[in-house]
Amino acid sequence: MRILGHKLTVTAQIGIAIVVINLFVALFAPLIAPFDQATPVGDAWADPSAQHWLGLDNLGRDLLSRLIYGARMSIGLSLIITALSFLIGVITGFSAAVIGGWVDQLLSRIVDLLLSMPTLIFAFVILSVLGSALPVLIVTIAILDSTKVFRLARSVAVTIVSLEFVEAARLRGEGWWWVVTREVLPNAIPPLTAEFGLRFCFTFLFIAALSFLGLGVQPPDADWGSMVKDYRDMINFGSAAPLYPAGAIAILTIGVNFVVDWMLAIHSRGQGEGA
Amino acid sequence: MSDTPDTKRDDHIVLDIQGMRVVVRTDAGHGPVLVDDVSLQLRRGEVIGLIGESGAGKSTIGLATMGYTRRDCHIVGGQIIFGDTDIRAITLEERRALRGPKIAYIAQSAAASFNPAHTLMEQVCEAAVRHGVMKPAEARSAAVALFRELDLPSPDTIGSRYPHQVSGGQLQRVMAAMAMVAKPDILIFDEPTTALDVTTQVECLAAFRKLIREHGTAALYITHDLAVVAQIADRIMVLRHGKMVEFGDSRQILQDPKEDYTRRLVRERIAGHQFTPQAEESEAPILQVDHVSASYPRKPRVIDDVSLAVRKGDTVAVVGESGSGKSTLARVITGLLPREAGDVRFDGESLPPRLKDRSIDQLRRAQMIYQMPDVALNPQHTLLETIGRPVAFYFRRSREEVRTRVVELLRQMDLPEHFITRKTSELSGGQKQRVSIARALAAEPELIICDEVTSALDQLVGEEILRLLKKLQDELGVAYLFITHDLGTVKRIANKVVVMLQGKVVASGETKAVFAPPYHPYTELLLSSVPEMRPEWLDEVLARRAAGAAATAALLRAP
Repeated sequence: MRILGHKLTVTAQIGIAIVVINLFVALFAPLIAPFDQATPVGDAWADPSAQHWLGLDNLGRDLLSRLIYGARMSIGLSLIITALSFLIGVITGFSAAVIGGWVDQLLSRIVDLLLSMPTLIFAFVILSVLGSALPVLIVTIAILDSTKVFRLARSVAVTIVSLEFVEAARLRGEGWWWVVTREVLPNAIPPLTAEFGLRFCFTFLFIAALSFLGLGVQPPDADWGSMVKDYRDMINFGSAAPLYPAGAIAILTIGVNFVVDWMLAIHSRGQGEGA
Repeated sequence: MSDTPDTKRDDHIVLDIQGMRVVVRTDAGHGPVLVDDVSLQLRRGEVIGLIGESGAGKSTIGLATMGYTRRDCHIVGGQIIFGDTDIRAITLEERRALRGPKIAYIAQSAAASFNPAHTLMEQVCEAAVRHGVMKPAEARSAAVALFRELDLPSPDTIGSRYPHQVSGGQLQRVMAAMAMVAKPDILIFDEPTTALDVTTQVECLAAFRKLIREHGTAALYITHDLAVVAQIADRIMVLRHGKMVEFGDSRQILQDPKEDYTRRLVRERIAGHQFTPQAEESEAPILQVDHVSASYPRKPRVIDDVSLAVRKGDTVAVVGESGSGKSTLARVITGLLPREAGDVRFDGESLPPRLKDRSIDQLRRAQMIYQMPDVALNPQHTLLETIGRPVAFYFRRSREEVRTRVVELLRQMDLPEHFITRKTSELSGGQKQRVSIARALAAEPELIICDEVTSALDQLVGEEILRLLKKLQDELGVAYLFITHDLGTVKRIANKVVVMLQGKVVASGETKAVFAPPYHPYTELLLSSVPEMRPEWLDEVLARRAAGAAATAALLRAP
């Protein structure tokens, strides 16, 4: 099996399958889920049955439905945050590399400042002060994450900027926006794509961690991190309830990593440039 | 095709390659054949030169001789018999035991081959000691003896230096010492002087030849330069596309080549030249550089009080060795490096020192072509984008007009029209350089600065590019400022020349006058360092240098 002329490894096939299934579930959650995520449909902690395949949760809501809606929340949120952090990080990173001088210094030092603070603690403070509304959550994590994207984007761009075709563009009189979007960006796509996958995983786990701590997604919305938190005590009573969301987190993370590994391998092997 | 000299299997043969075949093989299947049915026999004390353009398979043969191939390449046929063993038949471990003590390799770029974190002595002795051929003390004294033989300065202590503390030519010779320490039977030289300046190349060639002769070591000498191989090889094998074209005695190959391809190589190398007539002196210069000095931040001056003038239709060559400031001069003229003193005038109008203060039209009128076409073109852009951008940018043309102009330019460059949708990364080196020229011409400039535009290309391809540039000049009247270290190029295309040494102009004027006696001593040194196609050349140069050794040394050391 091949994609874009590259052979798929077994792990890449597994990874792609996991990612595609998850995306499908996330997209069509309302159609797939047998029940509503927020409405109690029976007794708390009812055992799995033909109607409720994974049983009911602490408030009597259908666990499978919450898991499905959780996919939508967790994956959707991570995608939005990662995309936003890339938008910020790539534009600032490229600009720093292309413009250089004090712009580079200023942006780099701001990023150093943000990076010097432990992310989780920082997010904790912001979310405690401003509350855990979804827009706040998205912007906070996206900005924190964009610092790491900035670092990568800047270093990739610095290498590209030193090449003579960028010098040629400058000699022509091109402005920095042209250089960033037309000269640098097309050559930075492969490493950035791979990084996107990795950062998606980190964001995903970060949201799970925040939710687990109670600062992420707020009830009654389901997401995998808060589900682990809500159900964790049940493990003492022999219920598998917390293992489902935890397992979902683990599987998706592994799947995305498989895909990323494959993309990195392709990238490092080069695209077979004509001699 | 000339016959391989018929040889009996005698004891003097140290390496016997029969029908060697190397192919590329990847997950995707079979790739091109790199070496196809090449045979040679190397005798003790003999030097065989392998010559050809890039892709001829000469380096692949050199590596395969040690039983080594680059990634995804495989030796699929033939025998490589070294002494009594077929290198293809033995294990990886056994091969490794041969490399170093028995067969040693000298690479093109010594700077990239040495580990910057270890001293020279550690690295020179490492292989011999690792293989258990010598004790550390023995290896060290052998190394010092070799340093002395190779005419390295302070041979007793140079070993304690780090690679960055010696010059490029010295490092290349240290590498030869590293290869020689364990007294191998065969040395493989892979373009060992290609990255060096001409004056340094002479020293290295002399040292290598002395080394080979005194130790009676057999050697394969890989190079693309016939004149270099003429000085050192007993026999020459000409290769093309992995196949042997001609194999014979050095003198025969140089003086009486049998094959057409060899004849072309020889002819281009000694190509006679007519000095190009000079443009009319009365015309005002397009570019005038007046007493310009410049330096990089917190560094000593790189160019100092440089003046030159370029008129319409002129080709002015700026020559000098690495570090002479010739490329910096281009950066100053284009405004990438602001000048500190002096003036740069274009058509009588003073250009602002900084690039960003210059007007779009000022930028348009002087264009630049680079040395490495691989990095001078954005690999992700198509030819339409690459060549069309200056048209759209400077002349604000519509999409249709841009396309028409690009097609016209492609035709002028002798590139097929359908290339317009190709990405630049899909082209060959020569084609890329043509695209660079097209991109420069698209701006309809009056001056094009050519920075070593042929030095990354194969000889014959480079010739074509020079011819194209000449043709365009005749048609369009564009002036060239030609930055180069290759004096052969200069003689052929430039009507004026400026010789630079350590940031200063030491000689300038019409090419005819500068390259004729009485020379400036440095011009003479440069001229005499260009290898000629006669095996006697190196001896003559060395004899002449020995006579005037003091003067030469003083000149190169001059501040």
